[in-house]
Amino acid sequence: MNLTLHVWRQKNERAAGRMVRYDARDVSEHMSFLEMLDVVNEGLIAKGEEPIAFDHDCREGICGSCGFMVNGIAHGPQPGTTICQLHMRHFKNGDVLYLEPWRAKAFPVVRDLVVDRGAFDRIIAAGGFISVSTGSAIDGNAIPVPKRNADISMDAAACIGCGACVAACPNAAAALFTGAKITHLGVLPQGQPERYNRVLKMAVQAKEEMFGNCTNIGECEAVCPKLIPLEVIARMNRDFIKGSLFDRPLSAASE
Amino acid sequence: MQLDSKLPTGPIETAWDRTKFDMKLVNPANKRKYGVLVVGSGLAGASASATLAELGYNVSCFCFQDSPRRAHSIAAQGGINAAKNYQNDGDSVYRLFYDTVKGGDFRAREANVYRLAQVSVNIIDQCVAQGVPFAREYAGALSNRSFGGAQVSRTFYARGQTGQQLLLGAYQALERQIGAGNVKMYPREEMLDLIVIDGNARGIVTRNLITGKIQTHIADAVVLGTGGYGNVFYLSTNAKGSNATAIWRAYKRGAAFANPCYTQIHPTCIPVSGDYQSKLTLMSESLRNDGRIWVPKQPGDKRPPHQIPEEERDYYLERRYPSFGNLVPRDVASRNSKAVCDEGRGVGETGLGVYLDFADAIERLGKQAIRERYGNLIDMYERITGENPYRSPMRIYPAIHYTMGGLWVDYRLMSTIPGLFVIGEANFSDHGANRLGASALMQGLSDGYFVLPYTLGDYLANSKLGKADGSHAEARAAESGVADLTKRMLSIKGKRTVTSFHRELGKIVWDYCGMARNAPGLEKAAQTIAALREEYWNSVNVLGEGGELNQSLENAGRVADFFELAELMCLDARERNESCGGHFREEYQTPDGEAQRDDEHYSHAAAWEFAGVGKRPVLHKEPLQFNYVHPSQRSYK
Ligand SMILES: Cc1cc2nc3c(=O)[nH]c(=O)nc-3n(C[C@H](O)[C@H](O)[C@H](O)COP(=O)(O)OP(=O)(O)OC[C@H]3O[C@@H](n4cnc5c(N)ncnc54)[C@H](O)[C@@H]3O)c2cc1C
Ligand code: FES
Repeated sequence: MNLTLHVWRQKNERAAGRMVRYDARDVSEHMSFLEMLDVVNEGLIAKGEEPIAFDHDCREGICGSCGFMVNGIAHGPQPGTTICQLHMRHFKNGDVLYLEPWRAKAFPVVRDLVVDRGAFDRIIAAGGFISVSTGSAIDGNAIPVPKRNADISMDAAACIGCGACVAACPNAAAALFTGAKITHLGVLPQGQPERYNRVLKMAVQAKEEMFGNCTNIGECEAVCPKLIPLEVIARMNRDFIKGSLFDRPLSAASE
Repeated sequence: MQLDSKLPTGPIETAWDRTKFDMKLVNPANKRKYGVLVVGSGLAGASASATLAELGYNVSCFCFQDSPRRAHSIAAQGGINAAKNYQNDGDSVYRLFYDTVKGGDFRAREANVYRLAQVSVNIIDQCVAQGVPFAREYAGALSNRSFGGAQVSRTFYARGQTGQQLLLGAYQALERQIGAGNVKMYPREEMLDLIVIDGNARGIVTRNLITGKIQTHIADAVVLGTGGYGNVFYLSTNAKGSNATAIWRAYKRGAAFANPCYTQIHPTCIPVSGDYQSKLTLMSESLRNDGRIWVPKQPGDKRPPHQIPEEERDYYLERRYPSFGNLVPRDVASRNSKAVCDEGRGVGETGLGVYLDFADAIERLGKQAIRERYGNLIDMYERITGENPYRSPMRIYPAIHYTMGGLWVDYRLMSTIPGLFVIGEANFSDHGANRLGASALMQGLSDGYFVLPYTLGDYLANSKLGKADGSHAEARAAESGVADLTKRMLSIKGKRTVTSFHRELGKIVWDYCGMARNAPGLEKAAQTIAALREEYWNSVNVLGEGGELNQSLENAGRVADFFELAELMCLDARERNESCGGHFREEYQTPDGEAQRDDEHYSHAAAWEFAGVGKRPVLHKEPLQFNYVHPSQRSYK
């Protein structure tokens, strides 16, 4: 099949960007979307033009490196699928595709389709962990975890941190991402001691990173390649309220 | 060069404890004064960085991805071994040790493997405490499954995303230390050279992948946790960015490279479909627990699978290895797939594929149970191939997956350059000539959480390092070397893309130094590779500039190193005149086609010392001794 691509080209964070048109010829339906771009890039290099930059690594839908908008949809039209796992059999001859980077204040464009998602790491650094230093753990089976909790936790922990949720959200909120981590740790017995403090710290950091507020639109859930449910945001909000009420700093006397 | 493995003497059961006790401790108040550079944020690098920072060292951590969470470890699917014996099925530290030494075809050090088996239990405890959502039984206990090459259930897993969950655990521990200011993280920063001052590893040169800035970093020790070199084959199950540059450049600075020819071909990957293909996808080995592998009995039988009646199918693993059946180790399973395809019995369009069939398991356990166990893998298969494995069998074929070879390290994980430590897949230490399933994650975390933090402290406490900074002549020289190399690659302006060279190189290595090797083939490959390398340096085309994000340039440097490494692999494979584990030399096989070791002449690790590009490196041999598990012909029959 033959396709027409309009791709966002931007030399660096400060440069102005623009859409540039490319033809993708003889695309096989077995190719992945990124393999189609590889072929386009090989053609560009042969013509002496700089290839289109895009992030990718595992190409198995697990590392969260890849991701851009295809005709306005994060990771393209196939639900529950990262762009690296999207195969060309879902397109047809003559399709016109517009490829753009994630757009959010917290994710500045680095080049072409590549953005800086460092803000996500900083949200985790603010509190997205269980504070247990190496060597201080008790026996694994000494902490029974009901299967149901383990499953809810795992569903949330499946988040790959790709940023599609932010890109799809009209508010550019990081609620699905943050809620997923809060849920992953918050439903496990190991996560209880820091549960409320964690949510406060992470939410504050998300705000500092210039992510917007969640207004329950649900676009994030619709594009999430790992199908993280909106429920994680509800869990986060509940813990946030509880935390704001009860997890205030201890007075000097009680310490 | 002198190889001193610093192996402990005395009973193996207490060797590690005694070694730890003999180590010198660093005064807690002084730890902050020691700087440690950790290159890599995979399981090995992230766990080491976090633990060293918890202990109080001043840590810098580097990775080439935009976030440490994206290291290739994230892609591991199947699970992690530990000798917990929670299933009460007869597992023990000794059995895990025994299985791993045997699985490695008696080419690993006993003491290292024993230590690995010992700390495996601590790893699970640590990960559970961090909140890794391992699979659970209804009553809340941890669940296990069995994995290739083992007859006990000792593999812990988190659906088909074990690597992801373990890495997120380590990443979160790392982020906690970053947040606390104990680790400085450098994402999108690629190490391009090692700085050696007065014989000690003291720093690295990096290029910032966004700005192109070349920079030196100086510290008291350097740790490489930069992963394996499977991408020398171009098509592999590794992430696209996985590369050998860090270890290769350290090799060129004097670190010995051990057993480069020990590479692992994984039996269950999705077969190649076209020339545009950029990577191969693993279907976790755990699928072999419930899937049955077969091909038609008749060569050239092109009927669709469901039309081939039971009696015309050859379940060749079950037939040849009745006691292990579909669960034989990877090297054995892969070679058998190749053999049946060579006989013309392969399936699929290319004839390079075998069936992995769930029909029986679905009938026995129900579709729901199979979905619970393997749902995400089956979905992935369907996404890639457009076929539904619940209805027709999967097609699989072997692909390169893991590299047992790597930088030589002693028992304390230090390379032949003092102060340069190597952990995880980047070293050669624990798997001998073949790695058992679910033991790479175990090794990476063992090295990072429980071994390196001790041994590194001992090194620091015992060394008297002089003051050094980026203005040192060695640092300057390394920095300008990197800048020159970058300029050189950008100035060739030839006709061919980096990828086209890489693809061609990969094909040579796969054909001659892949699943089956022989002397004339290896010699021919070495020559062809050298010629192609020449051409590379004359006609590769790298566009753009050095001072910006330039993915072709990043790739060009990595491929240049793969060329040199590929030559070394062929040389090592040629010199090892025996078959063992993943290294199968066609000249050396038993009458029924199994690998034939030659313990008299080859019971050693081959450590190569760099002697200049295009010059023959010098071979050093570290003899291996087996006092506990006596070498025998591996049998899985
Ligand atoms: C598809 C797949 C499935 C697997 N499944 C399993 C399994 O089920 N069980 C199991 O035990 N093992 C499995 N393995 C093997 C296992 O995942 C790896 O061996 C292990 O994760 C390697 O970890 P590592 O920390 O050594 O390196 P990696 O995770 O590869 O990390 C390398 C790090 O080094 C950095 N780096 C590399 N070069 C440079 C440089 N020059 N400068 C700066 N940074 C650099 C990278 O950015 C990265 O952070 C699997 C492997 C694959 C490919
Ligand atoms: S490249 Fe890893 S998720 Fe797409």
